[in-house]
This record gives sequence, C-alpha cells and structure tokens, in this order.
Amino acid sequence: MIEFVDVTLLVLLGVTSLVIIREQNLFAAVMLAGIYSLLSAGLFVVMDAVDVAFTEAAVGAGISTVLMLGTLALVGHQEHKPKRRPILPLFVVAVTGGVLVYGTLDMPSFGDPANPIHHHVAPHYLEESPHEIGVPNVVTSVLASYRGYDTMGETTVIFAAVVGVLLLLSRGPRPRRTVVNGTWRTVAYEEDPPEVEEDRDG
Amino acid sequence: MDDRVILRVGAKILIPFILLFALYVQFHGDYGPGGGFQAGVIFAAAFVLYALVYGLGNVKRALPPQAVYVCAALGVLIYAGVGFVTLALGGDFLAYNVLNHNPEHGQEYGILFVELGVLVTVFGSMVAIFYAFAGRRKVDV
Repeated sequence: MIEFVDVTLLVLLGVTSLVIIREQNLFAAVMLAGIYSLLSAGLFVVMDAVDVAFTEAAVGAGISTVLMLGTLALVGHQEHKPKRRPILPLFVVAVTGGVLVYGTLDMPSFGDPANPIHHHVAPHYLEESPHEIGVPNVVTSVLASYRGYDTMGETTVIFAAVVGVLLLLSRGPRPRRTVVNGTWRTVAYEEDPPEVEEDRDG
Repeated sequence: MDDRVILRVGAKILIPFILLFALYVQFHGDYGPGGGFQAGVIFAAAFVLYALVYGLGNVKRALPPQAVYVCAALGVLIYAGVGFVTLALGGDFLAYNVLNHNPEHGQEYGILFVELGVLVTVFGSMVAIFYAFAGRRKVDV
C-alpha cells in the first residue's frame, strides 16, 4: 500500500515538473509550483517527517505562491519565446545533474539502519531526550535545545534575508545623480509615486 | 472589490481561526509537529489573506510596516537574549538548565522563549517581504 502511495506521489511530482517546464502561461506555472510543493509535503509525510512537511506546505505552497503572484502582477503573465535555442544551458544542466546523481551512488542507501547518520548523536537524542529535556517531541528538543545554536543562526539568516529584500525593494526617496557641467551632482530627490491603493477610507 | 461578497465574508470568518491555529501550532510544538517557524508562517498567512481580499492599505492600517520591521529584529533579540540570561545565571550560552531549579523545567522555559523568538522573527520577516513585494508598482521600462 505504501509503495502505491509513493509511486503515485512521485509520478504526479514528475508530471507536475514537466508541465511547469512546458507551460508558457506563468500564472499556471506558479499554481503548478504550489501543487508541486504540496505533493512534496505529502512525500515528507509518507517519510514520517511531519515537521518538514508542515513547513513545506506552509512556505512552499502558501507564502511562496503569494510572493510569485505578486511578482507576476509586475512582470505579466506570459512567458516570452526564447530568441535562441538554449542548447548550451541544457548541456550544462544535464552534465551537472549527471554529476550529482553520480555523487549519490557513493552515499549509503536511503533508510538503511546501518547508516552512519543513525549511529552518531541520534541514538543519544532519542534515548536521553525524555530525561534531559523532558519534551515529548524529539524534533523540538533537538531543534530548540540540543541544536539551539543552529536554530539561532537560522533565525538570524531569516532576519538577514528580510534586511536584504528591504534594501533592494523598499521605496525610500532616492537621490538622482546626473551630470551637470561635466561633474556628477545629486540634483533632486525622486518623489514616491502617489498611493493608488483601493483603500477608500485609508 | 465590493461585489466579491463570498470572498470578503469567507476571509473574515477564516482569519481568526488561522490566527488561533498558528498559536496552537506554536504551543503544541512540544507534543506534536510544529513550532515557531511553522506558526510564524501561518500567522503571517492570515495577514496576507487579509491583504489579498481587503487591499494592502487596510492591512497596513491594522499592522503598520514599522511594527513588522520591529518584529523581525525583536525575535532574534529574544532568542539571543535567552542565551545571555543563561550566561548571567552561570550556565553556558543557551544551556537552559539554569533557568529553573528543576533542570527539566528550565529546558521547558528555554524552549518556550526561544520558539517565541523564532515565531516573532519569522512572522515579521514574512509580512515584511510580502509588503515589499506587494507594495511595488508596475514600471514601464
């Protein structure tokens, strides 16, 4: 039964990604990308990684889709036809993918209990977490306590990401630099475009 | 906008439940799947839904961009602050055992505050990024 679910989800994932590549309408492509994330979340559930599935469904299928739609509102819904046939990029992508697949051949097989990952610190976490931390969900105790440094780093990375986005996209008044009499001068501050929102009482 | 009655009423009914579910995910993270990260995203999703249905101007009146930026920074401060509190109490950085005379309770308090920090930063960051994207207007190049 579980094989049937696995195969169905993987086939749907493959079909979705192929359609995303072929699709010229970007709106449909964004929606399909959301479906792709939801299918991935389903696969994570099958692999008993419910915390990861939760994040994938919330971020991949939820917030990312909204952000992509916001981008589409700016750039339009239709993909332009490529001017040249992308032979060289296809070659680079195929070689990179082949090398990555070749690299996985050396890795221990998935789910094998003899894998090194299952014999490093994982047994300690699983056995000692109820006494040392006292939180029933081991994922939470690893995330917030055993690996508290890493999670603090991740939180900082999210903060750094939002600072980067705001630096790139926020619309403060910008000085305009133009050449006046042969030298660069800051001539004026560009005004923000007036708000044209549909808030009638705001 | 005004004729989409089902959307507006539906969103208005759903949003409180989405916020409540985010809090459930936050505080139930010790027992089931979930935690600060997922809760922060779901909490932000409620405001994104409000913005999609009622317009960006209205959501910015309920939740000003300045407050969102403060949230994004405040969460990291809460997280690092827990670390400095444990340092001040004589433990290692982020070693929660010293937070209470019972080490297990110390761990519980530490995880509670740390997850709160993650929630606040993720919520602030997601809404700030959404504001930044949605606030842009189409420019003819």
